[in-house]
Amino acid sequence: MGIATLSLAGLFIAIYMYLYKIGKIGSLVCGTGACETVQLSPQARFLGVEVALIGVFGYAVMLLLALLALQSRFAGPAWPSRLLAILSGVAVLFTAYLTYLELFVIHAICRWCVGSAAVIILIFGLSLRDLRRVPVAS
Amino acid sequence: MAAPTPGLNRFYLVLGAVALAGIAWLVYQVGKPSGVSIPVNVTVLAADTAGFRGYLMGSPDAPVEVSEFADYQCPACENFESIQFPSVQEQLIATGMVRWRYRDFPLEMHPHARVAAHAAACADEQSKFWEMHSLIYARQSVWSRVRNASAVFSDYAGEVGLDVNRYDECMKSAKYAGRIQASVDEGIKLGVNGTPTFLIGGRLYSNVLGSDSLRALVRALLPKPTQ
Repeated sequence: MGIATLSLAGLFIAIYMYLYKIGKIGSLVCGTGACETVQLSPQARFLGVEVALIGVFGYAVMLLLALLALQSRFAGPAWPSRLLAILSGVAVLFTAYLTYLELFVIHAICRWCVGSAAVIILIFGLSLRDLRRVPVAS
Repeated sequence: MAAPTPGLNRFYLVLGAVALAGIAWLVYQVGKPSGVSIPVNVTVLAADTAGFRGYLMGSPDAPVEVSEFADYQCPACENFESIQFPSVQEQLIATGMVRWRYRDFPLEMHPHARVAAHAAACADEQSKFWEMHSLIYARQSVWSRVRNASAVFSDYAGEVGLDVNRYDECMKSAKYAGRIQASVDEGIKLGVNGTPTFLIGGRLYSNVLGSDSLRALVRALLPKPTQ
């Protein structure tokens, strides 16, 4: 349940960033951070795709997997939980790369990105915990 | 088969409520008015200019004055600023030959030009006009395509070391709208109809000048040394 709730939170953060990026939102609620600087930097695209859009798809898939994992019929094989652990693990690495870019290339920090980083780390931690609960198929 | 998770239905309800709240917040964010707007064609009062006639760079005793009428969102102005102006600065302004006067001339076709001019004016209040001016030009391709450029300029204000709260207050007040309009009015009176336009020795040059052409024009205007 925790993973589904966190994925939903992450999904909203990513949609919010993407709506800004495509000009549907005028300004980001960012306090004293430099969200616009980060979102408008060339590093806000990865292999030609908006990082925010990658986030939207990533969190949407994780939400779906988390909801599937809650179903009793997936309790045995638990492939949604395993997939969640792999996906969130990759996402943690990607987030670490993006944080490096913020700190050492863009020299600006976006609070929403920090929020998303916290969400993905928690999802990864919870998915590892869930994996331990799942009986391993022989 | 494992037993159904207790309270799952209640969880779905809570998750649905959170999703609805999130969607409502996003809809609000999309619909809310975006940022500062600087009024166009305001009535210019004497107090708006109070003797202000552009931003000066260089020695007040320089023998030649060059006025540049420019628009922050105009690509040709950005081109001049990034390619020609560093040489002009080094060869003509730093050597004391030229006093440079930057005049705002935001064009109607550029939706963020007036906000950019106002952002630079608010930076001037904190003695950081040229720093903000350069940054706004350097990032023209970035802020030109956003819906609310004023939020981006607020980031830039922090980047050039301004007191951001004071800067934001200045932007909200739109207090320099009249001064910007006065600059536009003066440019129109002089015959400026595009940007960048240079006023050198009482003559307007509406083409983008290279630093070599500018140097030649300035040299021709320099007082001849007495024999």
